Amino acid sequence: MHETMVAKNLLDAIEAEAAKQKARPVAARISCGTFNAVNDEVLTFAFAAIAKGTVCEKMKLLIEHKSIQGRCGRCTRQFDFDLTRPACTHCGCDKFDLLPDPPLLLEEIEFETE
Amino acid sequence: MGKKIQLGTKILSANEEYARQNSGLLRERGKYCLNMISSPGSGKTSILTQTITNLKGKLRIGVIEGDIQTQLDAERIRATNAPAVQINTNGSCHLSAAQVRWALAQLPLDEIDVVFVENVGNLVCPSAFDLGEDGKVVVLSVAEGDDKPAKYPAIFSKSRVLLINKIDLLASGGIDFDTDRVKTDTRRLNRDIEIFCVSARTGQGMENWYNWLINAAKKTS
Repeated sequence: MHETMVAKNLLDAIEAEAAKQKARPVAARISCGTFNAVNDEVLTFAFAAIAKGTVCEKMKLLIEHKSIQGRCGRCTRQFDFDLTRPACTHCGCDKFDLLPDPPLLLEEIEFETE
Repeated sequence: MGKKIQLGTKILSANEEYARQNSGLLRERGKYCLNMISSPGSGKTSILTQTITNLKGKLRIGVIEGDIQTQLDAERIRATNAPAVQINTNGSCHLSAAQVRWALAQLPLDEIDVVFVENVGNLVCPSAFDLGEDGKVVVLSVAEGDDKPAKYPAIFSKSRVLLINKIDLLASGGIDFDTDRVKTDTRRLNRDIEIFCVSARTGQGMENWYNWLINAAKKTS
């Protein structure tokens, strides 16, 4: 449900950029780590609801999820962490560090061209 | 194809700015602050009232209470003679750093060593919003089941302390709860987390939590 707060912050950021570019945004790409717990359907719905009547109305949202990354204590390589099989996917070592979860980022906005 | 602008900006930067301000204020005043997060009904408020009562004379605690509705939790805290500020979110599932900034201004900080923020009961959303705290405390009661760290990894990975509460219920044999599974799953996500098994109701295990809290607060003041 925190997606409504995310949607509001996203709308503010895109509206500010649209004013700067003096153009109508048509799509935005955002990225988030797993621990941000963003549900695509909820965020898309919340964004569409609050964007009504703004320059962002009918914009398309592309949401990219980044998996939790571990760094192996033996072979030092990075791997996708899975709690049900908590070991390095390259060498099987169970000594590893979890890397910080990527934050919620507004990566890119696409604007309409005349 | 339209014109694309690359940004890479943080979407929750407004909340982060308020969190930075809160953290700056707390550091300047020498206060230790913990953000307590759990499902509704895990016993956060009971842990706080017991902690306040049993540490009287050793640690002065103030509380910011977050709930969707009512002043009930702030009233329970005030009944221990500790200061409490209630925030009603009116439907929102988490506290924001801006709300905590307002609440910090209401608390008599000169009379407090440790500020607890009791977040809205929810194991998901509050973990995504930093409030400017020194650390998070996640509370899990045994009746909720031992699969919660696996199902809700974010809060267990970000917390400094895990309090496994209501352990007195295990003695009845009516609850299947594998404490070792919780500890193992949690440590896979967070090697450095402190884990205490407690019962706010009977006091069992609470002494270990109190000692940890006193030491953690000492390092700040």
